[in-house]
Amino acid sequence: MLRDIAFTLPRGEVAAFVGPSGCGKTTMLRIIAGLDRDFEGTVARRFDGAIGMVFQEPRLLPWRTVDENVRLVAPGATDAKLTALFDTLELAPHRWHYPGELSLGLARRCALARAFAVEASLLILDEPFVSLDDALAARLRGELIKLIDSRPVTTLLVTHDVDEAIGLADRLFLLSAGPARILAELPIKRRDPASTAAIRAEIARVTESMRNVSCA
Amino acid sequence: MLRFASIALLIGAWYLGSLFAGERMLPGPAAVLAAIVVEARSGALALNLATTLARVALAFGLAMAIGTALGLLMGRVKIADQLGDPWLVVLLNLPALVIIILAYVWGGLTEAAAIAAVAVNKLPNTIVTIREGARALDPALDEMARVFAMPPMRAIRHVVMPQIAPYFAAAARSGLSLVWKIVLVVELLGRPNGVGFEMGIAFQLFDVTRIIAYALVFVAVMLTIETVLVQPLERRASRWRVRAA
Repeated sequence: MLRDIAFTLPRGEVAAFVGPSGCGKTTMLRIIAGLDRDFEGTVARRFDGAIGMVFQEPRLLPWRTVDENVRLVAPGATDAKLTALFDTLELAPHRWHYPGELSLGLARRCALARAFAVEASLLILDEPFVSLDDALAARLRGELIKLIDSRPVTTLLVTHDVDEAIGLADRLFLLSAGPARILAELPIKRRDPASTAAIRAEIARVTESMRNVSCA
Repeated sequence: MLRFASIALLIGAWYLGSLFAGERMLPGPAAVLAAIVVEARSGALALNLATTLARVALAFGLAMAIGTALGLLMGRVKIADQLGDPWLVVLLNLPALVIIILAYVWGGLTEAAAIAAVAVNKLPNTIVTIREGARALDPALDEMARVFAMPPMRAIRHVVMPQIAPYFAAAARSGLSLVWKIVLVVELLGRPNGVGFEMGIAFQLFDVTRIIAYALVFVAVMLTIETVLVQPLERRASRWRVRAA
């Protein structure tokens, strides 16, 4: 599924992995999270803290409320901290609801709250905003940026949306179609329209050249 | 309203039946009621009921505890399943009577043998049900708990047990009805007290009134337990299911 993937992330950096569907992005995240042991190579984690992960499906416990779901993985979190977290993610009115009563957007927010409540040393986000409508996804992206800004943490973001990657990340990794290889590693220093256009152009160029290579 | 009408119909049919069959074969509601009062006054009713209920509680508790533990083990650990399955099949197909008789033969006509016989009778059903629940556990939630490094006890309490809960409830429901039926047989065969024993005596004396009297009271008690204990627990455990967004 994956081939010759190698990269290093400095602490506190947000890295986005962009690639076509099915290329192995989720597999890579699972290996890094320790869920998948069937691989050759090493994952060197130079930190002691917790991992916070947001899966593609919210994966909430249906029989516990939003509040309980978050507290269960972060028992040490104070009430004040949780209230602030829920406020940022607009979850406050739903704090005592069960996941069965939540829309997908709200469920995703709860998953986000859970990942942030543990005050992780590594944050893994697997397509956290996929299948949400554009307006809602944009709002959630804003909330995510607020959270990351308030507490910088090494973040691995997987997405197929290039704009989302550019908006959220400090560095962008372009992955090829399966078996995935890293095609390009692009630092994102500024998010003004000109820089964004430049990055998009670079991505397009790399993707084109890959296509030409495989056709030839 | 319909329920009461149905019950009234039942009692009416019973009364009519007693007229046709004669007092000796099928005593009417009035006669049975009188018998219940006599037994209650003498204190025999309360004593026998208490004894039987105690046996039911003990055997039920034992079977559920051991059955749940083994069911979880066999559902999650492949080797345990492969090793235990043949024994399970044998126990499932062994007639209740055989288990009871062997228990009395090997253990003597003791209380321990009686309780053990009932528990062993219920055990395989419980294991099979809980094992299914363990097999149906959601791997996605399991992974979530692993990534977030949830301590094992907390994961069992909040992730595993709620998923097992419906299977546990099913095992408890069918188990309770099975246990109290077998307890009566066990008492009939080898115990000096309890509702089953009383029924045995009444059978020898052909005292149909007393048989039906005890049967009615016993069913009423079990129904009460079901309504007052089991159903509220079930409702509370299903709180999260009822609503939708």
